[in-house]
This record gives sequence, C-alpha cells and structure tokens, in this order.
Amino acid sequence: MADAIAVEGLSKRYRIGELQAAYGTLRESTSHLAKRLTGREHRPGAEEIWALEDVSFALEEGKALGVIGRNGAGKSTLLKILTRITTPTEGRAEIRGRVGSLLEVGTGFHPELTGRENIYLNGAILGMRRREIHTKLPEIAEFSGVEKFLDTPVKRYSSGMHVRLAFSVAAHFEPEIMLVDEVLSVGDAEFQARCLGRMEDIGAGGRTVVFVSHNLQAVAQLCDRVLLLEDGRAVMDGPSSEVVARYLQTVTGTSSSQTWADEATAPGDDLVRLRSVRITHTDGQTADFADVREAVGIELRFSVLREGPAVLPKIKLSSGGQIIFNAMDVDPRWNEPSRPGDYLTTAWIPGNFLNEGLVTVDAAVCSIDSPKLNHHVSVHEAASFHVQDPLEGDSSRGTFTGQWRGVVRPLLEWTVEESRP
Amino acid sequence: MSQARSTLEERARSARQATEDVSEQRIEVPPEVASPGTSRVTVIRPASRWPRLDVPELWHYRELLWTLVWRDVVVRYKQTFLGIAWAILVPAFTAFVYVIVFGKFANFPDGGIPYPALVIGGVLPMQYFASSLTNSSMSLAANLQLVTKVYFPRALLPLAAVIVPMVDFIVGLPVLIVLMWVYETWPGGMEVLAAPLFMGLALVTALGAGFFLSALNVRYRDVRYVIPVFLQVLPLLSGVMYAVHSIPEKWQWVLAFNPMTAVISGLRWSVLDAAPPNWWQIAVGVGVAVATFFTGLAVFRSSEPKFADTI
Repeated sequence: MADAIAVEGLSKRYRIGELQAAYGTLRESTSHLAKRLTGREHRPGAEEIWALEDVSFALEEGKALGVIGRNGAGKSTLLKILTRITTPTEGRAEIRGRVGSLLEVGTGFHPELTGRENIYLNGAILGMRRREIHTKLPEIAEFSGVEKFLDTPVKRYSSGMHVRLAFSVAAHFEPEIMLVDEVLSVGDAEFQARCLGRMEDIGAGGRTVVFVSHNLQAVAQLCDRVLLLEDGRAVMDGPSSEVVARYLQTVTGTSSSQTWADEATAPGDDLVRLRSVRITHTDGQTADFADVREAVGIELRFSVLREGPAVLPKIKLSSGGQIIFNAMDVDPRWNEPSRPGDYLTTAWIPGNFLNEGLVTVDAAVCSIDSPKLNHHVSVHEAASFHVQDPLEGDSSRGTFTGQWRGVVRPLLEWTVEESRP
Repeated sequence: MSQARSTLEERARSARQATEDVSEQRIEVPPEVASPGTSRVTVIRPASRWPRLDVPELWHYRELLWTLVWRDVVVRYKQTFLGIAWAILVPAFTAFVYVIVFGKFANFPDGGIPYPALVIGGVLPMQYFASSLTNSSMSLAANLQLVTKVYFPRALLPLAAVIVPMVDFIVGLPVLIVLMWVYETWPGGMEVLAAPLFMGLALVTALGAGFFLSALNVRYRDVRYVIPVFLQVLPLLSGVMYAVHSIPEKWQWVLAFNPMTAVISGLRWSVLDAAPPNWWQIAVGVGVAVATFFTGLAVFRSSEPKFADTI
C-alpha cells in the first residue's frame, strides 16, 4: 500500500525572539534595527532553536503512529507542520488525502450564529464541501444531541452543548488522515473519552492516524508504532511497547542496566561494592520491557572486599511511587561470614505477577542486625523495566482490555462449585 | 483516579456505540462529494523565496471564501435593532451632514450636478473603501483562532473582507437612486456600464492595501491606530465633497496618486452624467492601484509562513 504520509528531513527553526516577543510595536522594532545597523547589538544568530530537526518517517495508509516525548520535544511542531499551520524551515513532507485533526474541534464557531449556521461554517473551515455538509446535517445534528436548539445562537448554548456540537461536526468530517494532539484537546472527561472512542473507530475504519499524547497507555493501545521525539529529533521509531519503555526510562533517568566499572568508585562501603544491576529475560538478554506473562530476572553483581559479617543481596521493586515488595535471598549460604570475591545473583520474578507499567528497582546488599537491617550498599532506582501485556487473552486480565488496577496482578487458581436446580 | 478511568472507558465505548448506530443509517454520498481530496497529494515544503498567488488553490477553497463572506454579512447585523437598514442609514446620514456643512455653509463647488447627488456619489464608494480597508487590515488578527489552528490560503481572509462591504454598498444604492430621481440626474448613456469597473478599482486598491496592512498588523498592532487617522483625511483628498475638476490645475497631479479620486470622479461620470474625468488621472490611479496590489500581495505572501508563529 502507498504511504499516506512521507516525511523527509523535516526541520523547523524558531528564533527565540519570535517566541518571546511575539509582536512588538513599530518603535521597538525600528530601534532594534537601528542598533543592529550601528553594530551596537550583535545579530541574534545564537538565539535560534530547532524545534524539530531532521525528522523522517513514512506511514502506510491505514496505520496508526503514536508520537511521544517530553514537553517541548517537538510533537506539536510536527503536527503543526503536517496540518500546514506553519511551514518547515527545511525538509519536505508528502501527504496523500484529506487531513483532519481534532485540534480543530469548534474552530471558528461564531457565538452569534445559530447551531445550524455554525455547522456549515465549521464544516467549510474543516474542508467539507457545502453539499457534503448538507447531506450530513441530519446525522451531525442527531449525533450532537442538540437538534432542538439548532436555530438558537450558539452563545446561548451550555459549554457542554457547545462541545458536543463542535465534536459532532469534526467527527463527521471523515478525512483520510487524522492528526490528533491529545495535549491540546480540551473538554471534560467524557469528551476526551469520546475522542479516544472515535480514534479507535477511525483506526478500525482503515484510516491513517497520527496520535500525539501524554497518555502512554492510550498510545500503546491505539498505535502499533510509536515515534519518540527528544529535543526535536526522532530518537526512536518502532513497536509501541519498546518505545514506550524507553521513553519511560528516559523520563525517570533510569535504564535496564547499570554498571560501575571502577571498583574504587562503585557505590558501597569498605566491605561491599555494587558492580552492576541488570534486568534480564529468561534467555539472559537485557530486558527494557517484559511480557507480563513471563518471568523476569533482576541480576545483581557485587564484590566483597574483605572478610566480614554475613551479607545478602536485597531488592525493592516500586511502581508509581508505591512499593510493590521487598525481597532478599534467604538461602543458608548467606549465613556464613562473607569471603572476598565477586558474586552474581539473579532474583527471578515469576510471570503473571507484576502489573503493567514501569517498575523501578532499588538494589542493596545488607547484613542482618535485628531489629536493624544494615545497608552496606543501597542504590535507589538502580534499574527499571516496563511490564506490558500484549493483550493476547491468556494473561490474568483475560479478554478485558481496559484499566486493570492493583500493585500486583497474579493469575490465580479459582475453584468453582456449580449447582443446578 | 482509576475509578474515573474505568468509567471513562465505558463512556468511550458508548460513544463508539453511538457512532456505529449513526453509521448504519448513513446516507450514501457520491464518492466525489465524500472525498474531494482523495487524489490530492499535498507537498509540504519550506516557504518559497518568490511568493506568488496560488490561483488554483484559491479556486479549490472558493466555498470557504463564500462561507466566510456569508458569515461576516450575517454576523454584521445580528443583534442590531435596525439590521441591514444601517447600510442605508449610515451613508444617508453622512451625506446629509456633508450637504449641510459643505454645501450650504461652505458652498463647495458642485461641478454642474446637484450637490446632494454629487456627495452621495462620493460617500458610497468612500464608505466601501473605508470598511474594506479597515476589515481587511484587521482580518488576520480578528481570525486568530482560524489562523493558528487550520490551514487554508490566508489570502482568503483579506479577500473576504473586501467582498463583505460590497453587500453594504449594494444595499446603500437606493439612497443614490432616490437622489437621482429627486434631482433627475440620470446616466448619460452607455458609460453607466463602466461603473462596476470603477468599483473594481476601489476593490483592488483596498485589497492591495489590506494585504499589506494585515500582514503588518500581525507583527505591529500600531496599524489599528493609523488607519482611522488615514481614513479621516482620505475623503478630503478624494473629492468626496467637491468636484475633482474644481481643484486648481497645478494640484491635480497630487489627487492623481490617490486611486479613490479616479474611482469617485469615474463613478460620477458614469452614473450621474457629470463631466468626464481626467483620463490621465484615471490611468495614474489604475497604475497606483495595481502597484499597491502587487506590492501588498508580495508582502503578504512572503510573511504568510510566519503568521501562525507570530500572531
């Protein structure tokens, strides 16, 4: 199938001045010009920022692409260029078909005009033909639920009616390509939910979708592929689970493995030094993300520098600021006084136990001095990984695809007694 | 939080459900109506260095132009008690004041046609020009929400802004016709057919200046203060309340640089059977109008890519 969107080396440069003093008076500007001409003010060449830098991707017809990244990473700039609100500084993009965006919901609504008049106005602004609006008018009116007030000026509408009518027009626009910026979309929870619902419809209807959002769960659900932007650059483009995991790790500043090469500067005290922490799959591969159904290993490597009291490895897993559990190796071998050497330990967390989301790992080596626990080394957020459910129906959420609460998510055995009359 | 999420899910589902219900009763739309843009491939590139007016694109967006014109016409007189009657009352009242002040007290020269007819022949096109210039200069800033959220050729905004006052002009014509009837000054002959051309000249001038000033107004809001001052002086320099011929010969060249002089003296000739205008003055006026148009367009098109970033 042909590419609906092909983007090549797209870049957008802003001058800082343009962002800060968006407009000034003629006098200010002329005095700036005078200063510049007389050389009393240097050219603001250094005050340029690239909001978008050399971004390329192609999106096949009917596919959904998520775009994630921190605020200011260039997500909105990318959408603005694709919707042609602003022009790129460099690069080019080709778009096949009519483009719509939920950014435009209610754009151009005029309070003095009636609901019906606004449907025509808004439709024309979105790019619908008059005949097309005319044909769809009954549908739009019905979907909005404000049929009775179609001949009332919109200024007398409640905000809810206003949004419903606006959304209804946008929802019936039916462009081939849908660009959605969730960050900018306004409205109450219901409206947002409608947007999401409509997005899923659109995806199902074979439409091409570009979805910009902070709601990572929504992105992962709606898009197979995700583009990660960082400081205007596309740093990753791949399957949504992998990209979302990577993004979460950059946000928390953690990764799936961490190594301290130099024993002298590695965290620890005169007895124990932590050398590395790593999250592994069952096959030993480093794991940025873990399938919720499969076991995942937390590998700790540490050096004991001298003979001393008995020490043992300990981990603490947290998610969303909540402790999931603490665990330490209670094998009798750790009861012996410690002997110098390198130790490699892996704690295996069973499949179907952790819930979805980002899990951070605190790594420690302790000695027990009841009622105290003596931490010889303790590294907060030493590593992290992302647990995700491919939604194949055999995890503990079954065929349910909605929100699943809980710190853990075990797959339990259920006993059933059935009695028939 | 999570509770809210799950109800959100349900709502999303019901919203979906609603869409599906609607889609079942969807009326079949002929394919060319359903998706006029299917075959359209849009290429997004950096703004070109040599701006030009993309006429095929304007044609593609013609329905939006008419919708914007329709919106402004409808909105203009909503919530006014007298409604569209204002389009008659304003020029009639202005002309009345001019006739009393300049005709009765100051005894301005009438150039051989009844003075009230002469004045209304100047007031109507001048009022058209004044609203066109003001509206088109403010058009980008006034439609900020559109400019920052949706793409369409920005030239549509000043263009719609100079078409809307044409409706007022046409509605105001009865004032002229009544005065022509009262004073029995009917057009001399076929020259009445030239009248639309002179209005076209006013439109081109206003649009050119509108392109320039609206682009400037995006960056410098000073424009909104300059225009009223300019528009107060302009009638005096365009012969609204006097016949252009009555100005001494040695100053005629000054008036020639103002296309509105050509518009007004031309309209009086074609509609009110006044003396023919100075043809060289008309030629200079047309030249100035065309130059204004292309300069304005060039400024507008070259700053167009920055509108959304600057507004």
